[in-house]
Amino acid sequence: MPPLLQLSKISKAFGVVQALSDVNFEIAEGEVVGLIGENGAGKSTLMNILGGVHDPSSGKILINDERVHIQDAKKAEQLGISFVHQELNLLDNIDIAGNIFLGREPRRFGCIDQARLHDMASPLLETLGLHLDPRTSVSELTNGQKQLVEIAKALSMDARLLILDEPTSSLAIQETETLLALIEKLQSQGIATIFISHRLSEIQTVADRVVALRDGENAGILEKAEISRDRMISMMIGRDLSDVYPENNANIGQVALSVDRLSTLRWPSGNATFEIREGEILGMAGLVGSGRSELVQAIFGVDPSPSGSVAVAGKALRMGRVNDAIAQDVFLAPEDRKTSGLILEMTIRENMTLNSMSRFSRRSRIDFKTERVRSAEWLSEYGVKAPNPEHAVGDLSGGNQQKVVLAKWMTLSPKVMIFDEPTRGIDMGARHEIYQAIVRLAESGCAILMISSDMEELLGMSHRIAVMSEGVLTGFIEKGQFSEQAIMNLAVAPKERASA
Amino acid sequence: MKSTLSHYLNRYRKECCLAVVLLFVAFWTILFSRNTEASGFLQSLIESRFLSLRNLENLSRQIGMYGIFSLGMGLVIISGGIDLSVGSLMALFGTVFFFLLTGSHAWIPGMPWVPAILVLLIFSVVIGTLHGWLVAKIRMPAFVVTLCGLLGYRGLAQTMTHDTAIGYYDSKFNVEGLERFMTGELIGLPAAFIAFIVISGIVFYLLHLSVFGRYLLALGRNEQAAKYSGINTTVVMAFAYIICSVLAAVSALYFALYTADVVPSIHGNFFELYAIAGAVLGGCSLRGGEGTVIGIILGTTVLLVLQNMVNLLGYDSSFSKVITALVILGGVLVDRFEIWKLLSRSRKT
Repeated sequence: MPPLLQLSKISKAFGVVQALSDVNFEIAEGEVVGLIGENGAGKSTLMNILGGVHDPSSGKILINDERVHIQDAKKAEQLGISFVHQELNLLDNIDIAGNIFLGREPRRFGCIDQARLHDMASPLLETLGLHLDPRTSVSELTNGQKQLVEIAKALSMDARLLILDEPTSSLAIQETETLLALIEKLQSQGIATIFISHRLSEIQTVADRVVALRDGENAGILEKAEISRDRMISMMIGRDLSDVYPENNANIGQVALSVDRLSTLRWPSGNATFEIREGEILGMAGLVGSGRSELVQAIFGVDPSPSGSVAVAGKALRMGRVNDAIAQDVFLAPEDRKTSGLILEMTIRENMTLNSMSRFSRRSRIDFKTERVRSAEWLSEYGVKAPNPEHAVGDLSGGNQQKVVLAKWMTLSPKVMIFDEPTRGIDMGARHEIYQAIVRLAESGCAILMISSDMEELLGMSHRIAVMSEGVLTGFIEKGQFSEQAIMNLAVAPKERASA
Repeated sequence: MKSTLSHYLNRYRKECCLAVVLLFVAFWTILFSRNTEASGFLQSLIESRFLSLRNLENLSRQIGMYGIFSLGMGLVIISGGIDLSVGSLMALFGTVFFFLLTGSHAWIPGMPWVPAILVLLIFSVVIGTLHGWLVAKIRMPAFVVTLCGLLGYRGLAQTMTHDTAIGYYDSKFNVEGLERFMTGELIGLPAAFIAFIVISGIVFYLLHLSVFGRYLLALGRNEQAAKYSGINTTVVMAFAYIICSVLAAVSALYFALYTADVVPSIHGNFFELYAIAGAVLGGCSLRGGEGTVIGIILGTTVLLVLQNMVNLLGYDSSFSKVITALVILGGVLVDRFEIWKLLSRSRKT
């Protein structure tokens, strides 16, 4: 029996960038294939080719041994390929049934036939185990439920191949389990699934086969029996994990930052208390929305905090004042570099100096000459790949943008440096350089707080890991006790932990 | 060398396009207002009504008076806001100034013109601070705050004058110096134009050379990122409104003395819209974070030269609004499609 879908020698170039070269891929009916790879490895490009978003530069796509051309999303739909995107594409202001049949509503006298619409939606929701009234507004759903509605939408189009792109990245543990069980159920109905995820344990649970991509090329295939975490990682990054995280020879010194019963606007009962010493890297783990970013924003003073205090080397920090934090050399490289870290339309030079104009001005007049010279120096010092500092930051790749954010703060010789997701959406090469920069900073005696949702990164970089859940610091894990299980135990909601 | 030239052309393409438009409009006006009785074509152009001393003097005075408040509006637009109250403020400031000179209002003491100007400027700082506080600190939408100003200030001026005109002729104080200072000429140029050049220099320094300007452009682009860089965005934004209000007051002085009496119901009507039009035509983006002083000056000048053209060539003056509208629309449209970039790309290939 021929495979349901077969891709052979698919290549795709965007301008001079070769996103995919000669990639082969196949999937049989009812098979679950885990697709893994670093950011920028070509997973999204490959899936976008299947979804009709991009046209391959060369190569063949076969469905049931018949060559097809997927020119647009409509065609993909007709072929039974359904793509559930990472960002949920649901309309919050319309009910569940309306979202499932958006654009294909049953009509009566030119109006939407509401009764039939809801009748059509109910059985779909039943199969997914989503016991909700199809009239429920999508805005009332949890992320997990929204994900299921997306899948219901795919099923309503008689999908034979389901592509799930990072479906669990914003789900709670319970919801993730529901989703994984559902994939197995669909499998028994003969629906094939391509499951893209960074969470390797999920892939291990659900996949029949794992396909890895690296730098736009096939990087290996693992059959069910061969799937193991270590083998998946080495396929993805092309080397052993120990090479990724640089050796850290920092001497742990005095207490640099002490946070005392600090709460945030979002979580007024948070009361976080912790210390970081000079040269120490404190990792901070937790699920998305666990209050980590809010906590560091309160420390940095971007948001006011209702109670608690922060001291830098014993000296109290005035809360709610960014200027005061900066004056005491406490800096934050925020989570979202596009909205908080950088001003994309301004030049690299202007971005690098924006937080320290006093160094580049005399009596309020900007010293353009010094500014140009220094920013050009930093460009090479921090390995930002740009011909000169006069380019708009928005033109740079994610990795280079992040390096600009780091350079902007690290040149000010921080005492306490807070990184919020420093490597999100960044390719391996740039990531490695950022790790080196962070370790260098620690070795120079700076106290570092690093929030990350990447477990590997936390385990590989930190001296100690703090875990947050629902705005509360639920515990610390010392280097000797590091394990993903230990982190997850502290990261899940207290309610779930009690029932587990 | 060539690459730096094309770099500057690209960077200041809006300004370059505007300058070309300006030259075109000016030449058109010269051509059609030429002196047909003069000997020779060139001579007829030189003796055109557009280039007559009286017209140039009048035009430069207008550019000065409109330009001053347009610069203030430009700064507010660059901060990502808008100030709709400028026209009404001009009426209020003019009214208050004349009451200060005459002392004919129960609540306003009369005084000589130098302290009167100072009091008016302080009053404008207060108004600007109020706008800045409401918008930047209380975070009310600038549109709403200044829309209330648009209605309120003119209404206040009309109430103060019982909806009649107010002049300054019955001032008990000597205003000769004031008239010479505000409406006279300096080195052959109208005082308002000289003031405009000086103020342009100051605003140029503020926007393009000072830290304040860098912060203003940054917060106009992305206020959150500016905040994360330690910029006190509240203060910087409030300053834009204060400067706008003060420049409206300065401009109001010239307008009040130019018209000699202020009729609050019509004085400065729609001026805020001319200012917005000039700034937008000059390359300021209503989303904020974009704009240059040269652009604002050119934008304002183009609008006034167009107006002048319509007057000189005897076109239907009602029609001048249509022309103005089309020029603004066309200017923004050209920028939208980045025709300049397309041109330079096709030349390369």
